[in-house]
Amino acid sequence: MRQRRRTWQTLLATTASLTVAAVALTGCGGTSTDAKSNPKAAAASFEGKGPINYVSNRDASGAANKTIEEWNAAHPEEKVTFIELPDSADQQRQQLIQNAQIKSDTFSVLNLDVVWTSEFAANKWILPLPADAVPTDKMIPATVNAATYRDTLVGAPYYTDGALFYFRSDLLQAAGIAAPPKTWDEMKTACKAILALPEAAGMSCYTGQFDKNEALTVNFSEAVASAGGTVVDADGKPTVTTPEAKAGLNLLVDGFKDGMFPSDAITYLEEQGRRAFQDGKLVFMRNWPFLHASLSATDGSSKVAGKFDITSIPGTDGPGVSTLGGRSLAISPFTPNKATALEFVKFFTSEEQAQKRLALSSRAPVYAALFEDPAVVAKRPFFPTLLTSLNNAQPRPKVVQYGATTKAIQEEAYAAITGKKDTDTALNDMQAKLTELSK
Amino acid sequence: MTTTTAPPAGAQTGTPRPGSPRRRGKRSPGEGRMAAMLLSPTLLVLALVIVYPLLSAVHQSLFRAESGLDADGFVSDVDAFVGLANYADLFAGESGRRFLNAFANTTFFTVTTVFLETVLGLCLALAMNRAFRGRSFLRASILVPWAVPTAVSGLLWRWIFQSDGIANNLLGSEILWTAEGNASKLAVIIAEVWKTAPFIGLLVLAGMQVIPGEVYEAARIDGAGWWRQLGSITLPLVKPTLLVAVLFRMLDALRMFDLPFVLIGPGKESVETLSMLAWDESNQLRYGSASAFAVMLFLYVAVVAIVFVKVLGADVTGAKELKLMSKKTARKNRLAAQAAATAEQSTADQSNSAQKKAEATR
Repeated sequence: MRQRRRTWQTLLATTASLTVAAVALTGCGGTSTDAKSNPKAAAASFEGKGPINYVSNRDASGAANKTIEEWNAAHPEEKVTFIELPDSADQQRQQLIQNAQIKSDTFSVLNLDVVWTSEFAANKWILPLPADAVPTDKMIPATVNAATYRDTLVGAPYYTDGALFYFRSDLLQAAGIAAPPKTWDEMKTACKAILALPEAAGMSCYTGQFDKNEALTVNFSEAVASAGGTVVDADGKPTVTTPEAKAGLNLLVDGFKDGMFPSDAITYLEEQGRRAFQDGKLVFMRNWPFLHASLSATDGSSKVAGKFDITSIPGTDGPGVSTLGGRSLAISPFTPNKATALEFVKFFTSEEQAQKRLALSSRAPVYAALFEDPAVVAKRPFFPTLLTSLNNAQPRPKVVQYGATTKAIQEEAYAAITGKKDTDTALNDMQAKLTELSK
Repeated sequence: MTTTTAPPAGAQTGTPRPGSPRRRGKRSPGEGRMAAMLLSPTLLVLALVIVYPLLSAVHQSLFRAESGLDADGFVSDVDAFVGLANYADLFAGESGRRFLNAFANTTFFTVTTVFLETVLGLCLALAMNRAFRGRSFLRASILVPWAVPTAVSGLLWRWIFQSDGIANNLLGSEILWTAEGNASKLAVIIAEVWKTAPFIGLLVLAGMQVIPGEVYEAARIDGAGWWRQLGSITLPLVKPTLLVAVLFRMLDALRMFDLPFVLIGPGKESVETLSMLAWDESNQLRYGSASAFAVMLFLYVAVVAIVFVKVLGADVTGAKELKLMSKKTARKNRLAAQAAATAEQSTADQSNSAQKKAEATR
């Protein structure tokens, strides 16, 4: 018994001394969380020249490196170093935010996903750009819109992405359908005819990406926009209880209910959809342009090479509305060499460099003219269709708390398409959550 | 975050290793000062890597970033002191629902996986403990799942469980394992048990190997069958090792993060654990509530560990073994008592070696 008491005494004594030590430590480091500095400096004069760092996602094609090498050759005193972030977008965002929160000057020029624009701008982690920094009039309007926060351009559009509607042209022909469907109703009719064909036995009609993931937000936003609705209005207030939004979500809900989508599409991301389409299990698919190359591979890996074509995604009354992917470059307020950073951003996102990068990279440029260049189209046959899609594209909800917003959308949309909630309940719940987040 | 640094309950390091011979009774003040000096580096490191993050998390959990934008659309950068509001939110409204759901998931996964792992691990150990050709090969191969990084095994199992994957092919079913629902829970349990049963198996095997062969010989002569030997000799003698292994697994399972994250995906309610919830909150830059989640998880882990040690008497420290020794040899009596009094925590290695020592002298 005595021993036991002794044990506890020792324990207590140690805990006490550790606590004292730790409190002392907390005292030293405790101020870091609440000290964020002076915002008004953001109204930015771009001064200071010298070496800078460009921090970005990976560019496997090496095209970005080429651009940087060219810059470095011309500016030996203002060299740019490429810092590569992890592949996962979440981790990229986390690192960028952590650096911004401690006001580190390590990251000078940031490569931002379009959906982070509002969050970074509202937290003053990026600088507003001068009005003449980039030739916005030559760029696809949606890409400029996506890099804008409250009417101020905060990023220079770098590359972009939009949805494509892949379809089996051979089966359409076999069923005697002349043109690919432009609306969901036409698609349903076409599917009925095609799935009745003997060569289409066991196939499903359509898939998008419906796993609980960012891709579901994309597909939901597209469905709502294609039905004429919006997820949030221009002020960032949610608008998902409108009849249009309901019609949009119902497209997806009914797709699962009617068996138009394969039942396992609820677990599909881009890759699973590609495999199913490539193995000849689907007539129609919404997906990104990057699949085009592997679907048209003639080495035997694709069963649909030469048998498919692309167009814009369907809507309710006419062609649908794509969401916008892609990236833009922004400048950190914490870098001392802002003049260099601005010059580099101008150089990097110039039309000339964008054209040069096209030789290596299949990432879609933001300059509309480049999509119609015959030499480019010969190499990337999907470009004209993609341009149509992009000209009609809408950004995903432009909100400051994008992370929580997309999560709420995924949560409720997923509940609706899995039948856990009916459309009205899901959308009402979504509206409530988004309202809370937009305050 | 501090979730991963939860020390076993009653943690107290820096005490002398059990077994160091020392005079019992009064210590001179000089001796105490000397001890304090010798221990101070350890205490300092502990304060830095455990106590500071922990207190800092507690401190942070009392604040909340002020929500809302100013007229120009900028985020206000003030953290307001909100007292225990972040904790109160854990039991009310939407975040309360998520917390309770994650809490239930964490508990469910811990109970089911640790139970299955223990049963399976015991079987593995029994199999490995027999002498047969290729035994060392089997032992090595059993370790493979444990050696594979969790994220990688999460990916492996994701391929197995995808809708057109091997699992559905073999079963001839069309179960959507990675969608929300009970199937996803099952998928996580299967993958987790596959991965960690070898850990229990190997620890228990180590315990079995120090049971002297004569004991079994004697039992056989007395006419005890295999089951009797298992129940009366093997299990009681490996119990201390087994309890330690189970405790380690429980503490680990309570912090489960990467497997459900990779296998099923973040944000899936059916498999969301407390760690995932804390990660998600901090990802949304809500550090206050993220810290509150993390602190709750820490308390939960601590309570489980304390209860486990106190009620089931898991001998994490090797103290009991030393007491056993003391019964044997009168001369060592004092030493053992002294060690039992001071030793409260030690690593698995230490407890293992202590056990072996005890067994050897028996």
